[in-house]
Amino acid sequence: MIRFDGVTKEYPDGTVAVDDLSLTAPTGRITVLVGPSGCGKTTSLRMVNRMIEPTRGAITLDGQDTARMDQAELRRGIGYVIQHAGLFPHRTVLDNIGTVPRLLGWDRTRIRDRSRELLERVGLDPRLADRYPTQLSGGQQQRVGVARALAADPPVMLMDEPFSAVDPIVRDQLQDEFLRLQDELGKTIVFVTHDIDEAVKLGDQVAVLRVGGSLAQVAEPAYLLAHPADDFVADFVGKDRGYRALQFQDVPRLPLRSERTVVLGETPATDAPWLLVVDETRRPLGWVEPARVGTRAVEDADLHRGGTVARASGSLRGALDAALSSPSRRGVVVDDSGELVGTVLAHEVLSAIEETDRPERDDADPVRGGAVEDPEGGT
Amino acid sequence: MEWLAGHWRDVLDLGASHLYLAGVPLVVGLVLSVPLGWVAKRWGRAYPVVVTTTGLLYTVPSLALFVVMPLVLGTKILDPVNVVVAMTVYTVALMARTVADGLRAVPDHVEQAATAMGYKGLRRLFGVELPLAVPVIAAGLRVAAVSNVSIVSVASIIGVSQLGDLLIDGYNRVIWGELATGIVATVVLALALDALIVLGSRMLTPWRRAAGGHA
Repeated sequence: MIRFDGVTKEYPDGTVAVDDLSLTAPTGRITVLVGPSGCGKTTSLRMVNRMIEPTRGAITLDGQDTARMDQAELRRGIGYVIQHAGLFPHRTVLDNIGTVPRLLGWDRTRIRDRSRELLERVGLDPRLADRYPTQLSGGQQQRVGVARALAADPPVMLMDEPFSAVDPIVRDQLQDEFLRLQDELGKTIVFVTHDIDEAVKLGDQVAVLRVGGSLAQVAEPAYLLAHPADDFVADFVGKDRGYRALQFQDVPRLPLRSERTVVLGETPATDAPWLLVVDETRRPLGWVEPARVGTRAVEDADLHRGGTVARASGSLRGALDAALSSPSRRGVVVDDSGELVGTVLAHEVLSAIEETDRPERDDADPVRGGAVEDPEGGT
Repeated sequence: MEWLAGHWRDVLDLGASHLYLAGVPLVVGLVLSVPLGWVAKRWGRAYPVVVTTTGLLYTVPSLALFVVMPLVLGTKILDPVNVVVAMTVYTVALMARTVADGLRAVPDHVEQAATAMGYKGLRRLFGVELPLAVPVIAAGLRVAAVSNVSIVSVASIIGVSQLGDLLIDGYNRVIWGELATGIVATVVLALALDALIVLGSRMLTPWRRAAGGHA
């Protein structure tokens, strides 16, 4: 658990970067600091490993005051990932990953084995081991950055906009893999971003900071979207927060209808306006208009690919989007293996939405009411 | 060529002392410049002090420096050490700034990462900062090498032998073959040192070639 206790950072010229911040980042969870530029989120992050020293207040790691710990030792126990990865250009991928173990004095074979293991763990081709950072794409570099931060298996990770310098598709991929990795590793993570979408996607808890470095609200994402503490937070979480909040609502039992399908390469024998095309394993591929295909076989070029596919175990946001984006107006729902389960109409999803509960508002403490509690209890 | 045929042993000997008088100060000067450059990078206020002071040293005429050395060091006037020390001063004059600039050119995000990983002190300097400064330092060292080889010739005037002897003797006695040999031998030596530095720098920076020549 990382705890900020009345932490203030004031520079000699009088600028206050962080103003009396009190916040707990629970053990094993992801706490996202989000806010506009100048809100002190990066400063707050860097005070954890003392790259910046607080002017007032204390930061404790599992109850230990970081100000009393040896700087270098403290840092070697905290994984750190930054934008553009910050890899050492003169070291190979493998040597980059082994940086902290080397500083900790591990023996060579152990460092090599650990680095190779991490290379694969973050989804990189082992053949990249001996390349230099400049030979990698931005996304690959960022993976190496994550592997390097994980190398000595630190319980705490600090991440400063690690995914913001890569293109949106790669970013999405990196975020998904990061969440999968965190599921396995359960690190205590503080993650900084300016992107509220990324914040609510990744955070177990999101802390919104305002310019001047004070805490506007800290809460679980669903709570934050449902009950912004004030106009600033409401503005910051955005106009489509109602829609976005749906992503935290699990799909209840939707009235799924069975769908007639045709396998790609076969002839659609129907006069329905829209027919769903699947592959041999019943994975949906897209919709066709049988009237246009006639009596020949369905080809790849006939497919309408506009519709998104929702998982039955996913969120209401996915289900609604599947229905809204489908050319036939029937949203395609699949199981976890990607196999077709059935379809659902938008109004059916909407009735499901109307029946779900929203997180209850804590009127006593609008700013911290929705925060995540530390599993090991506070101190 | 005729002249060279009769004197090639002498030329080799003179070349060897020339290499010694220019090369040893190059290495010693580089080693001394590292702490100076590091101080100039580490403390922003030290940078102009180091750069200006060492830069001023380079403006002292070589002959004057050679002559002053025995007074400073307490050595004999003909002692080659005078030349070695003076040439070291020139090398430091050129290299302290180069090392400082090379260290300052390490990208900010790399510095931050090094800090965050817990790198500090000498380990940080030798593990991260110096290796990345090699291209800049090597470029400066090439200038210093050529400059040393050229300045050392002046030492003939104070009686320390090297290839400069050929120039002075050839000039005084109007032996064109000797004069030409002196010039060519000096140039060859300078080019050889230069090539050595380029080679060394390439071996120390395999990552630059990995990116197709630019890193």
